[in-house]
Amino acid sequence: MEFGPHLVLALLEGSITAAVLALTAAGLALVFGILRVVNVAHGEFFMLGAVLAWFISTTLAEAFGAGPAIGFVAALLLAPPATALVAIAADRLVLRRIGYDPERTIVATIGLLYVLQQATLMSFGPEARPVEPPFNTRIALPWPERVDGSWALGWPWGFGTTSYKLFVIVAAVAVLVGLWLLLRHTRLGLIMRATEQDRDMARAFGIPVTRVYALVFGLGAALAALGAVLVVPIQQAHYLMGGDPLLLSFIVVIIGGLGSVGGTVVAAVLIGLTDGVVSVFFSATLAKIIATLLVAMVLVFRPQGLFGKASAR
Amino acid sequence: MSRRLRSSLMRTAPDSAAPGSTVQPGRRRTLKTLAAGALGGTGALGGAGTLAGLAGLSGHVQAQSAEPIRIGFQVHRTGIGAAYGRWYDRTTTAAVARINEAGGINGRPVEIVAEDDGTDPKRGAEVIEKFVQKHECDIAFGTLFSHVVIGSAPRAGELKIPYFVVSEGHHVASGMLNRYTLQPGITDVRSQVQAMAPYVAENLGKKVTMLYADFAFGHDHRDYFSQAITDQGGEVIAKIAIPPTETSFTKYFPKIPRDTEVIYHVMVGPSVLTFVKEMGEFFGPSAPPIFGFIDSLEAVDIASPGLEFLEDTYFWEGFPRYAQVGEGGQDGEGNVNEFDADYRRAVGVDDNGASVTDAKDVSTYAHMFGCWETLNVVKAGMEAAGYRGPEDRAKLIEAVEAMSDMPHSADHPQGAKRFNGKTHQTFGHQHISKVTDGRLDLVHTTSIEDTLYPDEVDYTTRSF
Repeated sequence: MEFGPHLVLALLEGSITAAVLALTAAGLALVFGILRVVNVAHGEFFMLGAVLAWFISTTLAEAFGAGPAIGFVAALLLAPPATALVAIAADRLVLRRIGYDPERTIVATIGLLYVLQQATLMSFGPEARPVEPPFNTRIALPWPERVDGSWALGWPWGFGTTSYKLFVIVAAVAVLVGLWLLLRHTRLGLIMRATEQDRDMARAFGIPVTRVYALVFGLGAALAALGAVLVVPIQQAHYLMGGDPLLLSFIVVIIGGLGSVGGTVVAAVLIGLTDGVVSVFFSATLAKIIATLLVAMVLVFRPQGLFGKASAR
Repeated sequence: MSRRLRSSLMRTAPDSAAPGSTVQPGRRRTLKTLAAGALGGTGALGGAGTLAGLAGLSGHVQAQSAEPIRIGFQVHRTGIGAAYGRWYDRTTTAAVARINEAGGINGRPVEIVAEDDGTDPKRGAEVIEKFVQKHECDIAFGTLFSHVVIGSAPRAGELKIPYFVVSEGHHVASGMLNRYTLQPGITDVRSQVQAMAPYVAENLGKKVTMLYADFAFGHDHRDYFSQAITDQGGEVIAKIAIPPTETSFTKYFPKIPRDTEVIYHVMVGPSVLTFVKEMGEFFGPSAPPIFGFIDSLEAVDIASPGLEFLEDTYFWEGFPRYAQVGEGGQDGEGNVNEFDADYRRAVGVDDNGASVTDAKDVSTYAHMFGCWETLNVVKAGMEAAGYRGPEDRAKLIEAVEAMSDMPHSADHPQGAKRFNGKTHQTFGHQHISKVTDGRLDLVHTTSIEDTLYPDEVDYTTRSF
């Protein structure tokens, strides 16, 4: 394929990675910013979202003969809240009892990772299962070509995308805008930001901090699950699919600045596009190497990340 | 250590009377008692287990030794091979039930001891050890994924347990492994691709782009098909390797050169459906002729949404998934259907290649027959060798090495086989099908001669 269309294709692939990654990493950034804990099981919440999406759409199709569109919409509406409930239960049963201690939370969430993974393996099974997208038409993309000395639009071989992939990008942007509105312009967002700034002062003002923690943990999981529901019609649901998103989310959150959701989104776009371009032109392994190298550089030269502050605001 | 455990240890040690004294003597004695109890218990349980097992069998107790023949089944229950593992399990269970119903091997019932290797080479070697040391199995059997076979076979050689693999990898016949590893029930990649090259070059095109899984099995495709197509006057113009753990494939397709005449694809792993679907999305309406190995679609319904572009494309099939109607014969000697119907019934597969209890559960039909046929070879080998126990393992291997022609029969429903005792590899007929109206219809069957290649090793010269 010629370089021009090849690059556009790479950027498109990168944009989809960036979109899903931005949602997943935003969830992780929220949890770290407000609860100040690292959730190693975050990738498993992503996986749960995909698995639940399969379960919901398949059950609706088998029990009520629902088409893929209805199944997908139901999955989009039901899977993230269901995953949030699992997260809130984990917060109640585990995180609260260890007092949100940073080191203990890391160990506890590693355990949570294995519990969720094994439970899914035992119920869902070891194979990958597909979810049908609500719509999926191939869109051939045009490219200016030089024909007989003048420019004309051609349709290069293999140069195209699908309507669903474009939808994923649009949907992710919409959700992130919604998240920003929530954080900046609602009372709930104000409470969350207050808790993030100064936990004790917030408590003094009558904010139920433990309840906010549970809510934020649930919201973080829901964002990851939402990213998974969007991506599962492109890939498939598999019990091991949480590993890659976990790694990439951590890379993005560290580069963007721990606790800064805006920085995380910028970093997700950067990493997603780089990943897309490098894996299309070179190899997927090289893309991961570069992303990990970037994290190392950030940790050495600017530990607070691109947008984070050196200490708690 | 928890308070309760420590106090229970101290209680069983009457000589550690003083409250501040060390627990050492008491613990040692306790451990000895526990160990003795455990061994005695296992012995009693083992004996009781065998008795219970025998009591459950349908009256073959008067045979020379009613002790069952234990076959260690190394199965991919989890990991990237899980879909195959599920069907290998079902086929093995059906094959063993048939053998036991006919009286077992030398009058002894066959017992399958299954262990999950997670489709992981390291775990595979551990499982072989377990078969020998914990389960006391007579032989090990059943591995599919090539990297697991390569990781496990050396250990089988060290522990001197016959290891019957059902893998398709060329590594057995290449001489890489050892005299204990045999593949008598399924053909290998080198013979498959060699037999495909003439059909591809004559009917589809001569400039080929290969997309293959990036590990041992895929490398066999890459190396031997390149050689075979060059022999036919063609060439491989691009080789695109894809990790079997990959979940997103669009990034690989732009590497396909525009002047490709034929796409050759063989992928494995949980995401094969995504691979084929995204390939269709990439090409749109202007796809070149495509020749794939059914591995890219094993356990996947060909009628899945997004796979419509596969219409009129071709697939290698080890054993045609859809029951062929009419004359799907092999060299005019017999009909593919003849033993296929009974085999399907035994394993629980319908005429579309899916489970009779769940039409969406599509089988790995092109591979799982290897388990059925291998177990029948094991039976024939043990009977020829007069196998009594692990002391006869070398005799068993020699008996199998002496085998050659295996006719098309209920024991070998996929077709006639020719086993090469020197290379430990069997050879058989290969099939090509075309996707027509959403089904796979057989269009060509090769002879066994088409698939033969010169020997690369003689295991019979190696010592045990």
